[in-house]
Amino acid sequence: MIRVELPSHLRTLAHVSSEIRLEVEGPATQRSVLDALEARYPMLCGTIRDHVTKQRRPFLRFFACEEDLSHESPDAPLPDAVASGAEPLIIIGAIAGG
Amino acid sequence: MSKVRVLVGTHKGAFVLESDGKREKWDVSGPLFTGWEVYHMKGSPADPNRLYASQTSSWSGQVIQRSSDGGKTWETPGGGPQVGPGGFPVGESNKFVYDTSAETGKPLTTHQFYDGTQHPWEFKRVWHLEPSLTDPDTVYAGVEDAALFRSTDGAHSWQELPGLRGHGTGPEWQPGAGGMCLHSVILDSKDPGRIYIAISAAGAFRTDDGGATWKPINKGLRSPYIPDQDAEVGHCVHHIAMNPSRPGVLFMQKHWDVMRSDDAGDSWHEVSGNLPTDFGFVIDVHAHEPETIYVVPIKSDAEHFVHEGKLRVYRSRTGGNEWEALTKGLPQSNCYVNVLRDAMAVDSLDQCGVYFGTTGGQVYVSPDAGDTWSPIVRDLPAVLSVEVQTLP
Repeated sequence: MIRVELPSHLRTLAHVSSEIRLEVEGPATQRSVLDALEARYPMLCGTIRDHVTKQRRPFLRFFACEEDLSHESPDAPLPDAVASGAEPLIIIGAIAGG
Repeated sequence: MSKVRVLVGTHKGAFVLESDGKREKWDVSGPLFTGWEVYHMKGSPADPNRLYASQTSSWSGQVIQRSSDGGKTWETPGGGPQVGPGGFPVGESNKFVYDTSAETGKPLTTHQFYDGTQHPWEFKRVWHLEPSLTDPDTVYAGVEDAALFRSTDGAHSWQELPGLRGHGTGPEWQPGAGGMCLHSVILDSKDPGRIYIAISAAGAFRTDDGGATWKPINKGLRSPYIPDQDAEVGHCVHHIAMNPSRPGVLFMQKHWDVMRSDDAGDSWHEVSGNLPTDFGFVIDVHAHEPETIYVVPIKSDAEHFVHEGKLRVYRSRTGGNEWEALTKGLPQSNCYVNVLRDAMAVDSLDQCGVYFGTTGGQVYVSPDAGDTWSPIVRDLPAVLSVEVQTLP
């Protein structure tokens, strides 16, 4: 079970009020977690990563275990604490105001 | 008694303003889609309860929202009330992908960037939604980087009309200050195959075959920011408007210059006349008097606020050239707001109402075709768009 925290505007879009818990098949990576997230919440397709290239949208970042994972390979294993559900994968908006 | 529903998109959400035909007392609801930019909302002429909204964010991209009950509830088409396995909503409505397929599309070329170099096409957002005149499930989307998309399934899925982007002049198109946006879409009620669009900064285009092929319609425009004054494209058209009862006559607010065409855009001539400045963004046409048009002059391209600190709508009853300032009820000192290109609309009640929103968050109404004005709301986020529905 993987825990995912969304920024508030994406929680509203997905009709969720708190942290999301996902079952992910195979190794827990950014790609596999986002695949599972988008499969369950299709309205999030395109809001975190590009529809076609699957690249992370530039103003969103991925944090976990007090580390910035934004520039890790999407296929790199997530930290064990995230894979085990002890810590969430945090998707957060860049602090650029707006 | 007839009533009106005003759809307001702002920098931080959307609002719905409703009144009876007197247009004196208003119910204000919202914000909807809080925190997101709502570039445009518009209702279907074929079903007034069907509304579409463009919800967008530099952080999280593009979402299309749809309402089937006049704005009481909203859904991402295919999602919302529809429930999938496990009780979760399904569907997506935000996928705008340029058609580059060999069978139906055009290669994704480059356009001119601000510095004159070539730059690849990148989808950024939907600026304008134009529902079909006859089918509530068909809607057009003008997007940045400039292209026209169409949905025929209620905004569940979108397909580009690639003949426009593939016209061949794309490498000469360039972004205006707001981006390279397709911001105006006009459907011809008397000729279903004819559509007009406008792009900043490429110019206006027309199709006569339902969007398969397009021609630039910019003859007569003069734009000092491009080297060739007779260039086929490159003009920064800010908005175009047309009275549905007279489909061959178009009015244009260009970057500078107010223009008019009497031949469906094949040629244009300037009708700025006695305007204090002919820079501006909005232009609209009276619902019943096709020679009565409205603009809001803005000081200059460097100073995007109204001239002399006075918020004045200018009206011409002669199709241009002769303009009168409409000021009653509008601030006439220390006012420095802008009125953006999609932020003016007219209703079709017997006494035509005119509406506009400002970057200062005010939405004004004139129930008497511009003679007098009053604010419906004063303190919204910056207004990006205003549309109005006239309801039975």
